[in-house]
Amino acid sequence: MRWFWVDRFTEFVSGSHAKGIKNVALDEEVLDEYQPGFPYLPSTVIIEGMAQIGGILVAEHFAFDKRVVLAKVGKATFHEVARPGDQLRYTVKMDGIQPDGATVATTSYCGDVLQAEIELMFAFLEPNRIMDGPLFKPGDLRAMLRLMNFFHVAVDRNGDPIPDYANL
Amino acid sequence: MSDDEIFEKVQESLIEALGVDDDEVTPEATLVGDLGAESIDFLDIVFKLEKAFDITIPREELSPEDILTNSQYVLDGVVTADGMAELKRRMPWANLEEFEKSPKVQDFGNLLTVGDLCAYVGSKLS
Repeated sequence: MRWFWVDRFTEFVSGSHAKGIKNVALDEEVLDEYQPGFPYLPSTVIIEGMAQIGGILVAEHFAFDKRVVLAKVGKATFHEVARPGDQLRYTVKMDGIQPDGATVATTSYCGDVLQAEIELMFAFLEPNRIMDGPLFKPGDLRAMLRLMNFFHVAVDRNGDPIPDYANL
Repeated sequence: MSDDEIFEKVQESLIEALGVDDDEVTPEATLVGDLGAESIDFLDIVFKLEKAFDITIPREELSPEDILTNSQYVLDGVVTADGMAELKRRMPWANLEEFEKSPKVQDFGNLLTVGDLCAYVGSKLS
C-alpha cells in the first residue's frame, strides 16, 4: 500500500515553512470505506499528510541526520470535511526547535475556507531506540521526495536550492 | 511577572500538554505521578513553556540525566553527597528535601512538581 498523504510540495523554505497540495479523489479506498455513503477524507490522514510535510521540514533542518518521528498531535481542529473533488492546500510552519525534537503549526485550506488547524510535535529517535539504523533504505526517501516534487521547490533561506544531501 | 501570572501560564501549558483539568494542576502536584506526564511530554512541556514565557530551556536544566548517569555522582543506584550537591547547584529552584532523605535515582523521575516548574520559570525570568 502506498502511504503518500500529500500529492506535491509547492513551496519549501529550509527551517521556515513548507506548503503542499492534497487532492481528494473518490478512487481512494479510504474515502468510501471510512463512512459508507458519505465519502470524505478521514481527519487522521489529513494529520498524516501534515506530518509528512512537517517531518521533511524538520528532517531537512537537521540535514536528514536525525530519525524524525511524529511524537504527539497537539491541537487538531477540523472546521470542514474534505469531500471528493476538493483540493486541500497545506501550510506547515516551523514553530519550535530543540536538540531532541521540534514543533510545527499547520493549516489546511480548501479554496478560501479554513478546513483544519493542527499542531504537531516531532521527536528524534535515539540510537538503538525501537530499531537500529536509518528509517529509510538508501535512496528510498530521495525517490519519495522526487515523486512529490520536493526538489523542484526546496530552497534554503537565501532562496538557493537546498544541498544535494548524500545521506538521502 | 508575578508568581500568580507564572502559575497561570504554567498551568495552561500543562493542561494543553497533558490533557489534564485545571483543578488537577496544583502547585503540589507531581508531573509524573499526579499528572501522568510521560517522557515525551517533557519535550512538549519545554516547547510550551519556551513559547509562553519567551525563554530558552536547555535540556540539561530540567533533566539532569548527565548527573544521574555519572558514576562520579551515583553509587549502587543512589545519588552520593557529591551528586546531591551537584543537583542542588544545577536545580536551585527544585525542592529536593524529600528526595535527599532517600536519593534513589529511580525515584528522581517523579520528583518535579508544578511548583518546582513555576520556580524554575521564575528563575529564568529574573
